[in-house]
Amino acid sequence: MYAIGYHDAGTPASVSTKSVRVEIDGQSVQVPEGTSILRAASEAGVSVPKLCATDTLKSFGSCRLCLVEIEGRKGYPASCTTQVADGMKIRTQSPKLSELRHGVMELYISDHPLDCVTCPANGHCELQNMAEVCGVTETRYGLAGEKHAGLEKDQTNPYFVFDPNMCIACSRCVRACDETQGTLALTMAGRGFESKISASQDQDFIDSECVSCGACVEACPTAALSETTLAAQGQPTRSVATTCAYCGVGCAFNAEIKDGPKGAEVVRMAPNRDGHANHGHACVKGRFAFGYATHPDRVTKPMIRKRISDPWSEVSWDEAIGYAAREFKRIQAEYGKYSVGGITSSRCTNEETFLVQKLVRAAFANNNVDTCARVCHSPTGYGLKHTLGESAGTQEFDSVMQADVIMVIGANPTEGHPVFASQMKRRLRQGAKLIILDPRAIGLVRAPHIEADYHLPLRPGTNVALINALAHVVVTEGLTRDAYIAERCEAASYAKWKSFIADPANSPETTETATGVPAALVRAAARLFAGANNGAIYYGLGVTEHSQGSTMVMGIANLAMATGNLGRAGVGVSPLRGQNNVQGACDMGSFPHEFSGYRHVSDTTVRRLFESAWHVPLESEPGLRIPNMFDAALDGSFRGMYIQGEDLAQSDPNTNHVVAALTALECLVVQDLFLNETAKYAHVFLPGSSFLEKDGTFTNAERRISRVRKAIEPLAGLQDWEVTMKLSQALGYEMNYRHPSEIMDEIARLTPTFTGVSYEKLERLGSIQWPCNDAAPDGTPTMHVSQFVRGKGKFYVTEYVPTDERTSSRFPLILTTGRVLSQYNVGAQTRRTANNRWHDEDRLEIHPHDAESRGIREHEWVGISSRAGDTVMRATLTERVQPGVVYTTFHFPESGANVVTTDNSDWATNCPEYKVTAVQVALVSQPETWRARSMAARQRPRVTETQ
Amino acid sequence: MHIEYLVKMTNEIATFFASESTPAEAPREVASHLTKFWDPRMRREIIAYGQQGGAGLSDLARSAVKLLAMPAPR
Repeated sequence: MYAIGYHDAGTPASVSTKSVRVEIDGQSVQVPEGTSILRAASEAGVSVPKLCATDTLKSFGSCRLCLVEIEGRKGYPASCTTQVADGMKIRTQSPKLSELRHGVMELYISDHPLDCVTCPANGHCELQNMAEVCGVTETRYGLAGEKHAGLEKDQTNPYFVFDPNMCIACSRCVRACDETQGTLALTMAGRGFESKISASQDQDFIDSECVSCGACVEACPTAALSETTLAAQGQPTRSVATTCAYCGVGCAFNAEIKDGPKGAEVVRMAPNRDGHANHGHACVKGRFAFGYATHPDRVTKPMIRKRISDPWSEVSWDEAIGYAAREFKRIQAEYGKYSVGGITSSRCTNEETFLVQKLVRAAFANNNVDTCARVCHSPTGYGLKHTLGESAGTQEFDSVMQADVIMVIGANPTEGHPVFASQMKRRLRQGAKLIILDPRAIGLVRAPHIEADYHLPLRPGTNVALINALAHVVVTEGLTRDAYIAERCEAASYAKWKSFIADPANSPETTETATGVPAALVRAAARLFAGANNGAIYYGLGVTEHSQGSTMVMGIANLAMATGNLGRAGVGVSPLRGQNNVQGACDMGSFPHEFSGYRHVSDTTVRRLFESAWHVPLESEPGLRIPNMFDAALDGSFRGMYIQGEDLAQSDPNTNHVVAALTALECLVVQDLFLNETAKYAHVFLPGSSFLEKDGTFTNAERRISRVRKAIEPLAGLQDWEVTMKLSQALGYEMNYRHPSEIMDEIARLTPTFTGVSYEKLERLGSIQWPCNDAAPDGTPTMHVSQFVRGKGKFYVTEYVPTDERTSSRFPLILTTGRVLSQYNVGAQTRRTANNRWHDEDRLEIHPHDAESRGIREHEWVGISSRAGDTVMRATLTERVQPGVVYTTFHFPESGANVVTTDNSDWATNCPEYKVTAVQVALVSQPETWRARSMAARQRPRVTETQ
Repeated sequence: MHIEYLVKMTNEIATFFASESTPAEAPREVASHLTKFWDPRMRREIIAYGQQGGAGLSDLARSAVKLLAMPAPR
């Protein structure tokens, strides 16, 4: 079912720059060459009946309803598959066409249930509409004859129902799965009357390869595929355009709402076809997994308690905020002004993160503010700022459609960034080449109609050795783009880097010992990448969450510069951000050393600008980072913390250490939707508001700023920015914003890359990619076009330094971590949805050889021990992981994946080394005993660290 | 703060700049990194530790910590 109010143009728009003029029903219209007659008619305001056509899919020509007459041509061609030609004269209405369409519709209706009134698509069913348009109220075939009736519904998927009785075999669902999603899970099985939609090998949807993106459901013109919420809640009546709050793709959605006696309820999330990041596509999380927003676990009353062993007391907002403010003031009076700090969230809006860092800098009067990007993409900021001059990805997502060779490093787009993965797969099906650097055989290595040209399965922790080896081949085999380098890059830094990288120590043959990747494979991949007209690099946390995360980002930038792959569409260095607003949280000055726009706090000119705007003196020294805050809490110099929208106790490494630090705090204020793991150690709980309950903006991985709009009232009565404002006021620092647009206006006044951003412009353009200023009033899709932001690009010497986290006889395996499609980060949202049907526990993936030598079989419980701690989970035996490497996700707190990860971190930014932990894995006969031991360790402060 | 963490982090920063910078520049680069990114209490602790001998600090890290202890030029 289409989104409310959507007008479907029938076929996709042509991208041709040439125009042709045609006449449709006597009306002259000019359209791009290659446009279908159906679309041309739509653009002329002429509606041609159709069923199998929709503007997100290639024309198919099966329903025979969009027939037209063309002057000078015989017959009645389908307007969806016939392109316009200059001077063409077309009739869309005639007695003959009416007769033909009437006949077609009679056939459809003769084999379709006539229970429209009770149908979930009633009023929005295209078949129903077309019957009306064609004047079909009954059929001449009567009720006799064989029908597709009484067939069993497939209700196995929690989010949608497949009712084969309603199916008209238009293949829109099959084509959506092929063209839009790229999973190819659906097919039209059988022929003629036996034709039927089949998921995988005639399986239930839940057991099939279907990834529940919902593209088929949206494409269905009837109720054959329809959301379960439509039947349960009824049809929505209005919609609010907003932005998804899951991954860093930042899909545009319309929250479709029904107003009822209990207030506004969200019925559907319909992806916005005009959305610049997603072009109408969505994934199982964004489209379906929004039920957490109204889950019974939501805490909607502020709560306080004196000690963390006390029960919570529900109090008023004023009392909770007053208590928190008094405690922070007491702590600062007792232990000094640097004894408190705050954490901003990448799940919250730009405006909210800006306010939290402002509160810390202006009301706490220190720079102890950090953000969860610390533990994911802080090395991206450091690495790209130093090499290119800006802490952000260089491209827009659409750029991938012009890439000839795509290199994916340490990212798993089909799981972590599924909507962008669909776009990437579309480009790969068009013929682009693919190189994957990953210890695991991720989904893109081999998928329907896609196979990586090279998969370099490196050992975890050897990224830098591998990127150096690739660059070594490029340099020593004369594959560098010398003219580009001479024009765009610093000569001295290039000469130094070239000499370093050409050293045989960086050759694939030498590094093979460390990386485990055969030299010939590395050489072939390097040649492919360097030889591409457009080579694009996409990377994820497999790059950043290492002891050399920042070095690796620099190594990637070096490779891109050396091969001339920066500064135009189709190329670039693109970090795939994990959370919806990682980019934005970083942009907004959430790091302890810099203000919004990545300007250091020691810069007197910048600081004066903020002091003048905020009317307070500001600190010129950097504050504590998150891991430093933990250490400072344990040594007693840090006693109070305000955390908005982050679950440090689950997401940060070495849980035992984190818990000890949180326990040592005298005042921990947690603002969140749920009583998360961190809230167990909190003294004040402030209810948060979901993305559906507030106004603001998110900035996605392509620097795209998009509006978040309030669809329903905040369950706890306040939006998050209002809570921060109240806390600041209670601390004695006035904040008086009436709307987040005023916060954005302040951001724009203070941040050079945002000076042209306003809510008014966002309304007008839909979204804006920063920098947006006088030089680029409509934003910047591609960065570094004529020169790098820093002027000349700078090559950095990236020597490979093995991590301190080594395997040993005691810990012989390397554990690495990642994500699955259906769950999101620590699972706070997705665990409270039906997504658990696909993934209801974290599992340990182990290679069959390693499992066999330990006597471990599929599904058995295994204990995982590292130098930091122990946990227990069930095993999955798979060759996706290489021997010597095990892998798990961290979506469920009870699995305690981060109990075993260590304190090792990136040398430059302290981003934790989640991806490399030496462990031992052993079969466990009594998992509950292990789990209890692990949980007890988490509750117990580390005596050695507090002494 | 755990001094062993501060020592480890300082050494890791020094390792990067040992290869990236010339021997003459490297101590200044390491010191500059610590100034830009470390909270003053962390810097005070590593300076104090360096002044007590700085056991465990690499030569470059020790040189950088010495530089860090010098008053900033006006």
